[in-house]
Amino acid sequence: MPALRKPLPFPLGAPDWPAAVPRPPKRDDLGVNYDTAWARSYPVRLARAAYTELVTRPVMAAVAQPTVAGLDRIDHVEGPVIFAANHSSHLDAPLVTSVLPERFRHHIVTMAAADYFFDSRLKAVYFSFALNAVPIERTRVNRSSADRAGSLIGLGWNLLIFPEGGRSPDGWGQPHRGGAAWLAARSGRPVVPVHIKGTGRLWPRGARRVYTGQTTVTFGAPIAPDLPARELVTKLEAAIAALADEAGTDWWSARLRAAEGATPPLRGPEASPWRRAWALGPSPKDAARRRRPAGERRWPPRA
Amino acid sequence: MPRPGFVLDVDRSTPPVLVWHGEGFRLERLPAERSRVVYAPEPLAALRDPDDAVRQALESPLGGAAPLRQQLRAGMRLTVAFDDLSLPLPPMRRPDNRQRVIEAVLDLAASAGVDDVVLIAALGLHRRMTEAELRHALGDRIFDAFAPSGRLLQHDAEDPAQMVVVGKTDHGEEVEVNRRVAESDLLVYVNINLVAMDGGHKSTSTGLMSYRSVRSHHNVRTLQHSRSLMDRPNSELHSSAWRIGRFLGQHVKVFQIETTLNNDAFPSEMAFLQKREWEWGVRDRASFLAASRGLELLPPSTRRSIFQSIDAPHQMTSVQAGEVEAVHEVTIANLHRQQVVDVEGQSDVVIFGLPHVGPYNVNSIMNPLLVMCMGLGYFFNFYIGKPLVRPGGTVIISHPTPWAFHPVHHPSYIDFFEEVLPVTTDPLQIEKGFEERFATDEWYRHLYRTSYAYHGVHPFYMWYWGAHALEYAGSTIIVGGDRKAVRRMGFKPASTLADALEMAEDQVGRDPAITYFRCPPVMLARVS
Repeated sequence: MPALRKPLPFPLGAPDWPAAVPRPPKRDDLGVNYDTAWARSYPVRLARAAYTELVTRPVMAAVAQPTVAGLDRIDHVEGPVIFAANHSSHLDAPLVTSVLPERFRHHIVTMAAADYFFDSRLKAVYFSFALNAVPIERTRVNRSSADRAGSLIGLGWNLLIFPEGGRSPDGWGQPHRGGAAWLAARSGRPVVPVHIKGTGRLWPRGARRVYTGQTTVTFGAPIAPDLPARELVTKLEAAIAALADEAGTDWWSARLRAAEGATPPLRGPEASPWRRAWALGPSPKDAARRRRPAGERRWPPRA
Repeated sequence: MPRPGFVLDVDRSTPPVLVWHGEGFRLERLPAERSRVVYAPEPLAALRDPDDAVRQALESPLGGAAPLRQQLRAGMRLTVAFDDLSLPLPPMRRPDNRQRVIEAVLDLAASAGVDDVVLIAALGLHRRMTEAELRHALGDRIFDAFAPSGRLLQHDAEDPAQMVVVGKTDHGEEVEVNRRVAESDLLVYVNINLVAMDGGHKSTSTGLMSYRSVRSHHNVRTLQHSRSLMDRPNSELHSSAWRIGRFLGQHVKVFQIETTLNNDAFPSEMAFLQKREWEWGVRDRASFLAASRGLELLPPSTRRSIFQSIDAPHQMTSVQAGEVEAVHEVTIANLHRQQVVDVEGQSDVVIFGLPHVGPYNVNSIMNPLLVMCMGLGYFFNFYIGKPLVRPGGTVIISHPTPWAFHPVHHPSYIDFFEEVLPVTTDPLQIEKGFEERFATDEWYRHLYRTSYAYHGVHPFYMWYWGAHALEYAGSTIIVGGDRKAVRRMGFKPASTLADALEMAEDQVGRDPAITYFRCPPVMLARVS
């Protein structure tokens, strides 16, 4: 129980704040105000390129073992573009970055929750470096973070954004927020729908360890921003749902269902929580146990 | 905007506080609900362009003095005296304030065509400075221009040929001053005002005079009536020094230049020493753990070398020049801006954690007498109004107090400790029975003049410095000190702070109110 864990005594742990001393207002250079410009300087970009190639990609290849589909649909697209993906795990951003074609991979900015990834200096520095993350306010509309994203597109950076605004709490999709569509409408750049399948099983929200397994990343055809932002949101959500269907079945049958308006919704069945959880299938933990007959030792494996 | 100092009332949520312990420090938890901690103000912003500020000060002096440029002329005898190595503490990073100021003075002297310029380190009865120490204070340019031709002198209070009696004050205080100063057309005195005791007429009446003059204010009577030493209007020592200084001013034209520093005393790697404990970040805690654990593994001599190598990032916060008293008034106002902390009421017990360095052990050992002088002389006197502890209260000092003396710097201290203290610790009896013999001892005189030894009488002054506290406080306990050395001085040894607080209850009663004076950085408690 984390709440009952005894904190380390000072000075190994953090000191108590004396009750008689008023706490100063929190430093406001973290969170949405964190300045990530340093992470886009040329030397840091070089270092990140090396980190992505030597660390992120091998780790993602080992952990998430991705199958990538639909890259041909973005072959002809000229940047900058906005990649909009469903979100169920912390693996999503590094996974998408690692499977992108090289021309996008080293020139992409990830929009990351200011309250989660930028709440401490250490995290802010790490995510700015490793993912080229930029803080975005997800709890309320923040003009400055939207302006910042807009100006980055103006500078030629591609964006990776998760329109659901956070990882899925139960493995199913959540309603889309308007950020990606609004940015596309404002900048006039196309949105590429991306569906990520399987990461929610490997490292779901709240999990303490990461499992290894197979994932699929499917890129969809770019959506031109020639619709009002509200309609663009609906279209993007439908496009990602269709990609999910495609990843689970095949392109043709997914197309047919999409044409009939029968694409299975990403948000899962409207049912009680246990049935929603049940509909996700067996957990990777159980699957790992099943692969090993009961009582068999883990290591060393039998010859 | 630096935050002012403040007093923290200790409650259960207060983390342990840092207590200096010589060449080391400890975290101590103070009893909740009856303890308080006095924290120093944060360092003031430095002057943006100190060299320009110095030039401005020389051009527009205070107290009706003419600009220095107008006072300099070809053919005159100019003497520039400067504070010795006892200031500032820890020694500041180069360039030192003295270098900046003296270079500006010499620039003016050069353009006025003054040939006869002599620099004098105003040692008083302190030890001579080494070449390295002089170079640190003055910079290489000045040292190389003046030392080879013998125009960089160190005041020698025991050279009969170099001292001259200029008269007596109306209180009968003899004024025997450095001959070069007395015969100069202008004395420029360059000071660093680290604590409120420094500067003003005390600079000349201590730094450039002989034992015969100094003893008129460095004695038990004046020090027992200096309440405090850091509050000039209430300091008998300063009254005497002022009379002597004013008398000297009738014979020698003095142009005083005083500077103040901020209290940024430790480099950034040791920033935790200046920070309030609850604001320690991961880096501060890691630095503290690494430093305290690392220091425990080292022998005392290595620890001392490490600490003595610290150069403080002190920066100049003000500079003023002109007539001595007008200048000093502004200096003290600037100093108070940095150092004063308002404290309400006295307590039964006061705790001082003594650091590694005091005015008399720069590049040396803080011996037991210097521990006494730092604790009961300096720290106890860092007040305006009333002491932090009530009359009859207990003073607790944290310092290892080793039975160790620097044989070159402090030879007379060794004999004082071995011969005088076993007989009596009463300052009046010591003054009456022993001072004269030590002050006139030929061997100490020889060492003072030719080696790097403090004057034979200096250990007496250390003891007198604590005379007010000895008379005022009920008992003194030293935590973590050498038991024999502590007992030799008439104090009580304690192994831990908790033990010392238990012992203090015998003196002041159960559950005493406690004040911990968290110094350094240097501060001045204005006790109401």
